[in-house]
Amino acid sequence: MSAEFNPNIVAFLCNWCSYAGADLAGTSRVNYPSNIQIIRVMCSGRVNPLYVMNALQQGADGVLVSGCHPGDCHYMEGNFFARRRLGMLKDLMEFVGVDPKRFHMSWVSASEGHKWKEVVEKTVEDAKEAGPFEGFRRRQIDW
Amino acid sequence: MTEKPKVGVYVCHCGINISSTVDVEAVAEFAGKLPDVKVAKTYSYMCSDPGQTLIKKDIEEHGLNRVVVASCSPRMHEPTFRKAISEAGVNPYFLEMANIREQCSWVHEEIEEGTAKAKKLVSASLAKVRLLEALETTEVDAEPAALIIGAGIAGIQAALDIADAGFKVYLVEKTPSVGGRMAQLDKTFPTLDCSACILTPKMVDAASHPNIELLTYSEVEEVTGFIGNFDVKVRKKARYVDFDKCTGCGDCAAECRVKDRFPSEFDQGMGKRSAIYLPFPQAVPAKYTIDAENCLYLSKGKCGKSPKCQDVCGAGAINFDQEDEMVEFKVGAIIVATGFDPFDASRKPEYGYDDYPNVITGMEMERLVSASGPTGGKIKVNNGEEEIEPKEVALIKCVGSRDASVGNEYCSRVCCMYVAKQAHLLRDKLPDANIRIYYMDVRAFGKGFEEFYDRVRRENVRYIRGNPSEIFKRGNKLVVKVEDTLNSRPLEDEVDLVVLGVGLEPRADMREIMELLRLSQSPDKFFLEAHPKLRPVDTATDGIFLAGCAQGPKDIPDTVAQAKGAAASAMIPLARGKVTINAQVAIVNEATCRGCGYCVNICPYTAIEMITINRFGNEVEVARVNEALCKGCGSCSAGCFSDSIQPKSFRDSQILPQIAALGVMR
Repeated sequence: MSAEFNPNIVAFLCNWCSYAGADLAGTSRVNYPSNIQIIRVMCSGRVNPLYVMNALQQGADGVLVSGCHPGDCHYMEGNFFARRRLGMLKDLMEFVGVDPKRFHMSWVSASEGHKWKEVVEKTVEDAKEAGPFEGFRRRQIDW
Repeated sequence: MTEKPKVGVYVCHCGINISSTVDVEAVAEFAGKLPDVKVAKTYSYMCSDPGQTLIKKDIEEHGLNRVVVASCSPRMHEPTFRKAISEAGVNPYFLEMANIREQCSWVHEEIEEGTAKAKKLVSASLAKVRLLEALETTEVDAEPAALIIGAGIAGIQAALDIADAGFKVYLVEKTPSVGGRMAQLDKTFPTLDCSACILTPKMVDAASHPNIELLTYSEVEEVTGFIGNFDVKVRKKARYVDFDKCTGCGDCAAECRVKDRFPSEFDQGMGKRSAIYLPFPQAVPAKYTIDAENCLYLSKGKCGKSPKCQDVCGAGAINFDQEDEMVEFKVGAIIVATGFDPFDASRKPEYGYDDYPNVITGMEMERLVSASGPTGGKIKVNNGEEEIEPKEVALIKCVGSRDASVGNEYCSRVCCMYVAKQAHLLRDKLPDANIRIYYMDVRAFGKGFEEFYDRVRRENVRYIRGNPSEIFKRGNKLVVKVEDTLNSRPLEDEVDLVVLGVGLEPRADMREIMELLRLSQSPDKFFLEAHPKLRPVDTATDGIFLAGCAQGPKDIPDTVAQAKGAAASAMIPLARGKVTINAQVAIVNEATCRGCGYCVNICPYTAIEMITINRFGNEVEVARVNEALCKGCGSCSAGCFSDSIQPKSFRDSQILPQIAALGVMR
């Protein structure tokens, strides 16, 4: 694997905790790798497991889903749904031969700008280790 | 909806905040070539008036019907730009923001990577904005009442303001009396007003105000609903004293078989109370409460022949059969004013708080020096052998504040001044004592603080810069081991009394409130405000506000100011009588819904119900969303087997193109 490989990572962040945490990382000028692109959703419970597969299919090398800490969900229990659904997805990924390192779930609160940096670094590092993802044939989407 | 999208892309420089790490011109040029983009421009401050005017003009000139703003976080300026485009006649929900500041320029250093990422984010936003739908906001009535949790000075002040404005207030307090921490203080810095003298009139006002329903010895158990329409359940704990009959005479406490046996919470455990008690003489309401844990009759089932309090109560107010009572009501806004806990000095074992009776905390000092305190205001301490009047007194600042070793990096803001005030009060009572203050810094920042600090120094109080490392006993003296860092001299200072200037901490029970109201904590573990500068009394949840030390350490004037601010903010929905409900709610495609009802089980707000419709001549069950209850989280959608239920603005058809845009651009 070449040292220059820069994985493309798509992240789904809940509006209330992790997106705010990522904003805080910005406000605190915490530096982290630029490989990560964030899609804002209202709740991690909104993340359909298919989004994760879709991202891989569309050219992402890694996917991150981050929400409020369990028990702290702005919508009371959305992150519990996320945890269960995505936990199952992770098992499934392994089963179908996708390196589970490509997929991370984390809980980052609105005050954890530094934790966000660590999460991103870990996700990027793991995706680098896993290498470019060629597992699914890419669709050319004409949007 | 079927109108062909004509998108305007606006890239903000944000002064140099964005433009130093993102080549904004290149981003705009790139965006200009993307499909459906009619104009792509940059401007130094998009959020400024000229910036917004630029967008509005373009909407008119180019007939734009969608707008992408690449600037700061949507959490910051989404409302600003929604308003701007709607003023130009475009539906406010035809807006998408690309966060190229907080999540791009501020976190990356190289201009190449910043620019490349900004381009991706802009194209993802563009992919989404083209597919957004027009949404209409609706309004529902707001209940003209407020709930205030915590009846310290913050809660009382907020309650009085709202009640004076003519709205109903439910003021809920956990302990048997209102007043909170301020009631425990003796004098207040820097003016030396007697704390009780300025507080008690407000306590009485709060209790007697026709618009305030005071619920003491009560806890909020459940809060559901949303701004304008919160449903609240409060548990009124059993006092075992009939509230209406009790006259507050105190005969019961005087006759209690376990009279003066238990540490008084109000006196910081330095005084004693009976099992039936009034927390302090000026308590409001002046109604007695039985501490069920310690009451012989309630804990053991037997109290002599018959409970003495019952025998002696002329009003017949004692009622051992009383049970907790649930009270339910509706409010339009909530203010959290739950206050703080003083730092637990046991967590700094080197100061020997647990070992030596003459090492006391600032809060205990307040009670000791107070005329209504356990010693009647006489400064008497036990040096381990006898009660003495201390001749040598040391006060230590920053105990449990500015101290990463106990996890509190913040400054508690009040200790510098309350320690100075206590030195002054001690000087008053002990004219011949040697008083010194060990400090790291003196932060006398408020109105009249510096003058007060000067005054205290002139009263022969020595300030010694140094953070004591240890306190231990030698003979009948306490030794404070410290380095005087101004002349680099190690000292072993022998004293009779040590006062630990303990800081302020988040309440130990704040988690309950956090979970109840879905609030977040800031890194210092106090409640997180919606914006540290511009929305210091708001929370992330509309209709819930913060006041006082629950949000962070504060002195009394700041607490009162914040309480008044929170009251004013809480009154906005109450005064308007209406609240706008979130337009980004879920909607069911009744043509494809298979009626399994899985979403009904998922929805945490019970916003989805099953209805029967006629589909091509067949009676079928489908889900329907109650828009007033839906919060738009989208959990239902991720669980839907047929993708029939979708949150507006976050539909699969809107998110998937975003994913595609990010993917294809690798």
